[in-house]
Amino acid sequence: MATKPSESKPFWLRVLDIASLVFMAVATWMVFFYAPREAVMGEVQRVFYFHVATGWVGMAAFIVAAIAGIVYLIRPNRKWDILAVAAVELGLVYGFLNVATGSIWARPAWNTWWTWDPRLVTASIMLLTFLAYLLLRQSIEDPDRRARFGAIYAILASLTVPLTYYSIRIWRTLHPVVIGSGDPNAEGGFAMTTPMLHTLLFSVLAFTVLGITLLWHLIRLGQLGDRVEQLRVKWMGN
Amino acid sequence: MTELRASLAVIAAVLRKDLAIEWRSRQLLASMLVFVLLVILIFNFALDLDARARAELSAGVLWATFAFAGTLGLNRSGAVEKDAGAMNSWLLTPVDYGTVYLGKTLANMVFMLVVALFSLPVYGVLYNVNLIQPGLLLVLALGSWGYSALGTLLAAMASQARSRELLLPVLVFPLLLPVLVSAVRASSLFLQGQPMAYIWPSLNLLIVYAVCMPVLGYLFFDFIVED
Repeated sequence: MATKPSESKPFWLRVLDIASLVFMAVATWMVFFYAPREAVMGEVQRVFYFHVATGWVGMAAFIVAAIAGIVYLIRPNRKWDILAVAAVELGLVYGFLNVATGSIWARPAWNTWWTWDPRLVTASIMLLTFLAYLLLRQSIEDPDRRARFGAIYAILASLTVPLTYYSIRIWRTLHPVVIGSGDPNAEGGFAMTTPMLHTLLFSVLAFTVLGITLLWHLIRLGQLGDRVEQLRVKWMGN
Repeated sequence: MTELRASLAVIAAVLRKDLAIEWRSRQLLASMLVFVLLVILIFNFALDLDARARAELSAGVLWATFAFAGTLGLNRSGAVEKDAGAMNSWLLTPVDYGTVYLGKTLANMVFMLVVALFSLPVYGVLYNVNLIQPGLLLVLALGSWGYSALGTLLAAMASQARSRELLLPVLVFPLLLPVLVSAVRASSLFLQGQPMAYIWPSLNLLIVYAVCMPVLGYLFFDFIVED
């Protein structure tokens, strides 16, 4: 993760590219052919595997951004800033996929695309906060100050991650807690069979691998962007 | 001990300074008060409130009003330092910037409380509900402290960015939503006279926020002022 990017794609990144392709293909196969049809909700329950996986990776990415922010404040080095931005961008994509898949599931399960449930609200707060992070960065020109303010905002914004995670455990909510115990009144919960659990774990793994691959690509993109900026300053004066 | 006393002196000095600036022009408080009055009237027309809806919506309407009025104060809190070049002067002063932050947070909280204490009776008279209740005042104190602690930090950041007046609400509101949600819940439960057992979860979140946010702000303010 040096600030100066290597010209060609690193070997391990190629390996990861192929690995994520294979993993995603296997995960998709498992979701449709290995996992059994859920008795009550039917086919739509299959979206659950991708819903949980994207949610998990999205939250993890936001935590990575916050950690990168903390490290940047202690040791100001551009590479941590690049990592933080990459992680936030990744987290936002996964987060919106998470909300979209949730919505697809909610339509038949809860009979509505969206409801003002604590989990849904806190998850959207989390996404809005990290969108604001990108807006903040856009309006600051000085790269050092941008990185510093970005780090602070990312740390503050990461407080919404545990809030989102625990929201289904703090408040009474419609959103089911499939793993661990939750509100027994939650609508649409179900017990997982072993093949379902396998599928869930594998799709979490597949999305994590894909996430790491994308993160690496985003970091390289950030480094190249940095390089372009440096060259522009060098040749054009500003 | 002397260090603590010195810190308190800085906090008091910054608080006194911000209050003195405001006292001389009374621009901010005047515009916040007019704004609050207008919002209360607009909500009445927009929501077409009948007597029952009023009782249920009071907490939400009040907090939405305070939140919007608060950003007026925060924008000014950042701008006042930036425009007068005061931020550069701090760099020359041998004080802990965290204490400056705490002083400004207190000043912002005072502005919010003044506005709130003015609007509660007005709202109460216009909408015919009794809002002067100890529980509600407690929520108000906790909420505005949490709000000021977050807002003061972000206002200092936004004041150094382009289009700061536009940026600040975008930065503040998403991070503020946990406070707003729990403040609205707690206020509305207090107004309905529900037992404390129902109110505690929301109150707890407010307390956690009111404790954590100033600590984080105190730690981070150095990074905002430096350079």
